[in-house]
Amino acid sequence: MSQALSRLRLFLPLLIFVLLAMFFVVVQKRIQSGDYDPAALPSALLDRPLPAFDLRTLPDEGRMTHADWRGEVALINVWATWCPSCHAEHPYLMTLQARGIVIHGVNYKDDDALARQWLERRGNPYRSVVADPEGRLGLDLGVTGAPETYVIDAEGRVRLRYQGPLDEFVWAEHFEPLLLRLQGEAG
Amino acid sequence: MMRGLGLLILLLVLPVHAAIETFVFDNEVLERRYRAMLGELRCPKCQNQSLHDSDAPIATDLRRELHRLLHEGYSDREIHEFMVARYGDFVLYRPPLNRTTLALWGLPPLLLMVGLFVVWRLSRLNATEEPPAPLDEARRRRLDKLFEDDPQ
Repeated sequence: MSQALSRLRLFLPLLIFVLLAMFFVVVQKRIQSGDYDPAALPSALLDRPLPAFDLRTLPDEGRMTHADWRGEVALINVWATWCPSCHAEHPYLMTLQARGIVIHGVNYKDDDALARQWLERRGNPYRSVVADPEGRLGLDLGVTGAPETYVIDAEGRVRLRYQGPLDEFVWAEHFEPLLLRLQGEAG
Repeated sequence: MMRGLGLLILLLVLPVHAAIETFVFDNEVLERRYRAMLGELRCPKCQNQSLHDSDAPIATDLRRELHRLLHEGYSDREIHEFMVARYGDFVLYRPPLNRTTLALWGLPPLLLMVGLFVVWRLSRLNATEEPPAPLDEARRRRLDKLFEDDPQ
């Protein structure tokens, strides 16, 4: 009896190794499939009101505050002309606009002239764009880099933050279910 | 020799220029607090670097912001709150204890206890082990002979 036990104990390290290896393989698989992203950070703003701002608008020279974005479910897209992923994302934003999705833009740490040129040449998917040249609003939003997209509800609360460019798959997985729910809440 | 050593040290030092920013501080205390906070705050972009180490644009912004907040008279706690309100507990290298950080805070003491338990068990095992039986006459003679044969 005790001999069988001590023989079993001999295999304990192997058993621990196998269990750990299985654990790591599962985690690795989940990272590969996109179910788990160890680098993803939950937004600190979730379910909180959009931070206050009072900024210049683009392409015209108006002014806009956070209150102007309240009242309807909308996307807030943080973009810049220096950001390669924003180039890739832009056509998809045009598609979303064509589908009637309201998108507000935050032109993040960018040059006004370049941003204007971009909107003119490639098309403007935004209902409104505010210029955030120093990244002040970006900082208040907790932006770590462009592009980032937020969803705000009709009360102006942040309901979702997505880091990275939008495309059909991201939209179907993260945005569509939430928007349907928010529209349900409103109606 | 000294020259070679000097050159070697110079070569080793060169890659460590990191982020060079020139901030002016009103007094030494502010500067010391600034340096201390940089090490305590984590860059939200390059996730395993402190604000001190990181070259990401967002880290530059946060350093500038930290400098501004310090000069506006914010306390260390208020600055922590400012950062957490924007980037979550993640920015703190020492986050508060809550449900999501339980494993982070709890695991090291737990592992320490496991280690202490193992050490305690091993030491008891050694203590209870039987001392080797004394040599019988024939074996002792053989041993003596072995020593004699050895020139040393």
